[in-house]
Amino acid sequence: MSYIQVRNLWQTYGDQVVLENLRVDIAEGEFCALVGASGCGKSTFLRMLLGQEAPSRGRILLDGKPLATEPDASRGIVFQRYSVLPHLSVLDNVALGLELPRAPVLGRLFGRAKADAREQAAALLKRVGLGHALDKYPSQLSGGMQQRLAIAQALIMKPRMLLLDEPFGALDPGIRKDMHALLLELWQETRLTVLMVTHDLSEGFTLGTRLLVFDKVRHDPHEPGAYGARITYDIPLNLDRHATREAVAALPEHVTGALKNA
Amino acid sequence: MRLINRRPGRSWRISLVILPFALLLIAYLAGSAARLADNPQDKLLPSAVQMAEAVDRMALSEDPRSGRYLFWDDTASSLKRLGMGLLISAALGLCLGVLSGTLPMFGASLSPLLTVVSMIPPLAILPVLFIVFGLDELSKVMLIVIGITPVIARDIEQRAREIPVELLIKAQTLGANTWTLILRVVLPQLLPRLLIALQLSLGSAWLFLIAAEAIASTDGLGYRIFLVRRYLAMDVILPYVAWITLLAWLMDFGLKRLTRAAFPWYEGGRA
Ligand SMILES: Nc1ncnc2c1ncn2[C@@H]1O[C@H](COP(=O)(O)OP(=O)(O)O)[C@@H](O)[C@H]1O
Ligand SMILES: [Mg+2]
Repeated sequence: MSYIQVRNLWQTYGDQVVLENLRVDIAEGEFCALVGASGCGKSTFLRMLLGQEAPSRGRILLDGKPLATEPDASRGIVFQRYSVLPHLSVLDNVALGLELPRAPVLGRLFGRAKADAREQAAALLKRVGLGHALDKYPSQLSGGMQQRLAIAQALIMKPRMLLLDEPFGALDPGIRKDMHALLLELWQETRLTVLMVTHDLSEGFTLGTRLLVFDKVRHDPHEPGAYGARITYDIPLNLDRHATREAVAALPEHVTGALKNA
Repeated sequence: MRLINRRPGRSWRISLVILPFALLLIAYLAGSAARLADNPQDKLLPSAVQMAEAVDRMALSEDPRSGRYLFWDDTASSLKRLGMGLLISAALGLCLGVLSGTLPMFGASLSPLLTVVSMIPPLAILPVLFIVFGLDELSKVMLIVIGITPVIARDIEQRAREIPVELLIKAQTLGANTWTLILRVVLPQLLPRLLIALQLSLGSAWLFLIAAEAIASTDGLGYRIFLVRRYLAMDVILPYVAWITLLAWLMDFGLKRLTRAAFPWYEGGRA
């Protein structure tokens, strides 16, 4: 049974059908790139996976169980904009994810626990190349650095699924390349399942192990909202990476355990 | 160069700031001198010397009847009422605004209620306040609270709605519950807005304070102004007005400074 199962998924807003009859299975650890024309419902699909909105019809199953109907710590998200909290320093933006789940009343940790959280956050921030900017506010960071921060913020939760909605859409090409490298490294280290919306086809080809193309198959010229988009192409990519990953996953537990501890 | 592209330099700017004040002062002194030359008993535009004497009488010497310095007593009572009114309004406005702006279940009833309540002219219900809360301190503070809380609450509500939904979603993926989300994401982002809302309602707060003091009080800046009005004592009224203006300006300035010092991320976030 695959990790994510999408069955007969529809989303309509009023008369406008945005997504129709989506069916897709996504295995754990896959890196799916989602492409399609602007306005065809890619972000809508991510919002439903996040639990931010409910589908009008159909269902989404995670490990065979219906998806929670609100966002939670098991699914991380990075938006193109407004992904980081402007009133917190870089370090606090990431440490917040360690504080909130453990402090349901005050929302913050104190003393030893706080120091631990900040240490852990600082380590991850170093990993994504923000070690020098811990005390800055997001508005003092460049666009690329803000997205690094947003990714670190999502990863500190150790989510099983990471959703990215055009995370690099506003970045310069050079910086985008760096971000691709970083994201691939992190994906390989953490083995999480990634779904990334991109309007840049080549970005999808470089990063993904699978490319999902959203498109409308039916059109009614008199009523543009009558039909929604479907997944029209489902292309496996970078099969070598798949194979590497499967080979690693097939290693016996005591070997991988030893590797992880090393 | 076109006028729209011309900017005053540093020294020019200072002169331009001072200029209108200086002109007003000169116009006043000239008018006052002309009227007093005409009729030395004229009370309408007292001279600087007459006003200095009045200040000396009110602020620097004991009142012969009560043995107190009336000017400072008035200032203390007024500032106490104003401060309490502002504090209560800020706290109440923040709570109502946040509840209404972030939790749709609360907003559904609070939002229309706030809109309607903010339409009530506070001075029109001043008699009601006197009847309900009596003629002492409470009713004066309540007038300020009733006058500016709805404005602050509606402003905060609006700002809370303007927080990008992405941030609220993000906080939930970081493990926030409703309460910690408000505590650590919504409130901190609204606090600078609260200071600005407070700054903008200072004018109304002073208006309500002076109105309440003028109608029912035995001390306070507003009370004194309306008391000496009976003797046409412009030499007392004008320094009092100048003093109130200075106090209001200082509060405005202080709040602006506080916003900048306490929330360094705030203006950067707008840029
Ligand atoms: N909450 C909503 N209410 C009404 N229409 C919406 C809503 N969200 C999205 N839409 C519409 O759904 C369509 C798909 O939007 P979106 O998923 O953002 O597209 P994409 O991310 O592929 O560019 C758009 O036409 C948009 O106007
Ligand atoms: Mg989109």
